[in-house]
Amino acid sequence: MVERLGALVIDNVTALGNFVLFLGTAVWLIVKPPYKPRLTIRQIRTIGAESVVLVALIGAFTGMVLGLQGYNTLRRFGSEGALGTVVALILVRELGPVLAALMVTARAGSAMAAELGSMQATEQIDALAVMAINPIQYLVSPRVIAGVISFPLLTGMFDVIGIWGGYLIGVGLMGAPGGSYLNGIAQNLSGHDIVSGLYKALVFGLVVMWVCCYKGYHAQRMATGVSRATTEAVVLSSVMILAWDYFLTSILL
Amino acid sequence: MVAVEHNRKGTVAIEVRELRHRFGHQQVLNGVDLDCLRGRVTTIVGPSGCGKTVLLKHLNLLLRPDSGKIVIDGVDVTRLNNRGLDEVRKEFGMLFQAGALFDSMSVFDNVAFPLVENTRLERAEIAAKVREMLANVGLEGMEDKYPSELSGGMQKRAALARALIRNPKILMLDEPTTGLDPTRTGSIHALVRHTQQRFGLTVVMVSHDVPAVFEISDRVAFMHEGKMRLTGTAAEVTAANDEVFNRFLAGRAAGDERDAAAL
Repeated sequence: MVERLGALVIDNVTALGNFVLFLGTAVWLIVKPPYKPRLTIRQIRTIGAESVVLVALIGAFTGMVLGLQGYNTLRRFGSEGALGTVVALILVRELGPVLAALMVTARAGSAMAAELGSMQATEQIDALAVMAINPIQYLVSPRVIAGVISFPLLTGMFDVIGIWGGYLIGVGLMGAPGGSYLNGIAQNLSGHDIVSGLYKALVFGLVVMWVCCYKGYHAQRMATGVSRATTEAVVLSSVMILAWDYFLTSILL
Repeated sequence: MVAVEHNRKGTVAIEVRELRHRFGHQQVLNGVDLDCLRGRVTTIVGPSGCGKTVLLKHLNLLLRPDSGKIVIDGVDVTRLNNRGLDEVRKEFGMLFQAGALFDSMSVFDNVAFPLVENTRLERAEIAAKVREMLANVGLEGMEDKYPSELSGGMQKRAALARALIRNPKILMLDEPTTGLDPTRTGSIHALVRHTQQRFGLTVVMVSHDVPAVFEISDRVAFMHEGKMRLTGTAAEVTAANDEVFNRFLAGRAAGDERDAAAL
């Protein structure tokens, strides 16, 4: 009993250590030559550019529903004029970074875990190592940089589109005053709000790439290995996004 | 075995001594001794699960042993750091079981990859080398195909071209004929032999293809339960009349008949 408990603790501590070491190695290899700008640019395209349409779509609908709900709620207190401020603050501080990160996880993170997982299963990762190319430097580091660059940019786009979606519904459809929607945003949305949202996005970018690459890289070499790695990558990324969101909010508020 | 070590110096390319590796409760390598001679084909055979693939992963430095040593060209590689390992690896070519071609790249890019990543050669030079190597393995005109468009045998050939592109001294092959029919198996064997003689390579091969593979092997090592049970020329190993080896050979033959019956 004690032995099994001990073994369990050791296994978990080892796994956690490997998980942290994995990110440490990937980050260290970003600074260490040889540099791979071409690979990084390709990853920015996969993770960032190819997620633009999806993130824009989700941003628009999120803004629209905020416009609708916000208007109906604020009208009860007679404060429809605050709609712009409410929509913008919720988007910029909270929903923008979180929803953009969740969408990119679903789209790019899962694909990444599956790709690295099948590379592991077919010994392509071993092949890199035998050719004297560090697989983490070749496969993981470019993705980490790409995530840290792409997530804040996608989040910024999500925020802007969401604010216009809220305007479209709240002002255009429901009839909230348009001038105070925009004016409220201009007066009440501070630089700190924007920066804290983008800072969150940056951390989420790092966390999602870390989790998805780790899970794919360490996929078991069997038929179910890749699918399990993909599922775990998406689930763990999503949980980590929301958990980190809480901690970051409590620090950044 | 250690006693004769000094006599062979200069001709032993890879020397393995008392190599041990344990995964969990399983002692996969249990004191392996092996000499791979320079410019010769050494083939490791044995039943599945005997540890031959794990041994190969030690030879190509993907795994580190729990104890024991591996000396390659006079360097004890078990003591090297990562940079040192990469230096030794530059002398290696490795053909993986399923080829391990990068499926996001064309055949040309796959074969060119080691040159593009690790040398400063000009584009034109690389292209010329790649074409020449593809011709060597019988894949002229396949440059623009993707691995998924190739048959199993062609994938192995492309992977062999990639393994050879940097003129390695040592070529390692992990079950190069898995999943191929007897005709293709024969042609891959012939290609390995031809390449080995042409470039004077030291070849270490793990194979399940007994007894077909004996024809191209200068030395055969029969591995059983994490140890070398028999080593010598194919004739010596066969003549040893070892009970376990005979059962292994007979089992392979019986397995082949079962496979044939299943078809």
